[in-house]
Amino acid sequence: MEYLIMTIKAVVVFAVVAGSMPFIVWAERKVMADAQARIGPNRVGPYGILQSFADALKLMFKEDVTPRQVDKPIYFLAPVLAMIPALTAFAVVPYGSPEVTVYGVPIFYVTDPKQVGVLWVFAVTTLSVYGVVLAGWASNNKWSLLGALRSAAQMISYEVALGLAILGVVLGSGSLSLIDIVEKQAVPRAFGIPGIWLFAQPVAFLLFFTASLAETNRTPFDLPEAESELVAGFHTEYSSFKFAMFFMAEYINVLTVSAVVATLFLGGWLGPGVGQFPLLGVVYFALKTAALIYLIMWLRATLPRFRYDQLMRFAWKVLLPLGLANVFITALWVGLRGGT
Amino acid sequence: MLKDYFPILVMLVMAVGFGVTMIFLSSIAGRKRPTATKESPYECGSIPVGTARIRFDVKFYLVAILFILFDLEVVFLWPWAVLFIERLGLFGLVEVAIFVGILLVGFVYAWRKGALEWQ
Repeated sequence: MEYLIMTIKAVVVFAVVAGSMPFIVWAERKVMADAQARIGPNRVGPYGILQSFADALKLMFKEDVTPRQVDKPIYFLAPVLAMIPALTAFAVVPYGSPEVTVYGVPIFYVTDPKQVGVLWVFAVTTLSVYGVVLAGWASNNKWSLLGALRSAAQMISYEVALGLAILGVVLGSGSLSLIDIVEKQAVPRAFGIPGIWLFAQPVAFLLFFTASLAETNRTPFDLPEAESELVAGFHTEYSSFKFAMFFMAEYINVLTVSAVVATLFLGGWLGPGVGQFPLLGVVYFALKTAALIYLIMWLRATLPRFRYDQLMRFAWKVLLPLGLANVFITALWVGLRGGT
Repeated sequence: MLKDYFPILVMLVMAVGFGVTMIFLSSIAGRKRPTATKESPYECGSIPVGTARIRFDVKFYLVAILFILFDLEVVFLWPWAVLFIERLGLFGLVEVAIFVGILLVGFVYAWRKGALEWQ
């Protein structure tokens, strides 16, 4: 019974995450259209909401061009490798109060490996660099290779800042479990600062959000694609559904990153009235995630792209020292007060 | 507990299955009319010159080495961060300060040497 419920939870979360992808794409196209005073998709379904499904179907029936020069096994493996981390990182994110149970099994999170938690998110998102690098290398195309190299350097540089940013939160929470981290945010901190880490760890929030934009290759850090200089970067040689897989991976990454930021810094499912109506928690979590997704789209509509040297300088000379400083100031604060 | 990882395994299997199925479906659904030009590497219409496995800047290796250094540092800091409040206290803070201090010397060296500059 327990295993059955766990499997159902995993299947449902997987379906919701994968199924929300078309709507996020649609939402982004609408937001971008509004920002540029256009109408955006409005033909397929009400308000064009089915546009992404039509696009997916179209891509499915397109010719899958496999160029002669590619390294076939790796060329086929890369898009799948890009998808997997995006879809599995969600397994440890709680989306509601853990007190709600069915047959004694909590249903509002997929799993909560206490000793791993955030580390799983961190480890699995790192793997997405493989999809990009292998795609670029296997394509055997100059644009792809350049895009993949840039991307690899970018992703590993921001990885360090990402890890340091989470450390601030982990120091204050004393746990790697995302559920523990959320529950720690329920109590207000010293001087009446609200409990969520956004207020107690603003530097960590900015670091984490910036670094995760770079990790997911979103504007202003979308150099791996850089369509104005590198054609399409690492996925230049990909067509049909293999292209769609990279596209899907990007949007699922946006969802995952928003969900993780909402959990770590905005208090996840916490909100007024959750004690009486645990279902509200899921709504709060969804709203917080949606707000962050909107913020990411807004940034895309607003900011220009970094230049490559600026990008690398920013990661190593600004984010890394800032992250280390934040960790030590947090440690001093926590150590001197004996808690947060 | 191993049971905690079972749903992760389920999700992994589903993710792999989803990816493979989609690629397989599109490979039967899409039509195939390969021509020599269509299958050549894309270089904006010009005929590709030489191999695509070009030599690239050594800077990328440098970044990779710096990454290994600092990412390992971060990984070592994680268990410290978890146990800091409950167990380690001031002793832990001093120990970590020494550990990070040594790495910072290397960081300053790399910075002064211009390893972080891109032209």
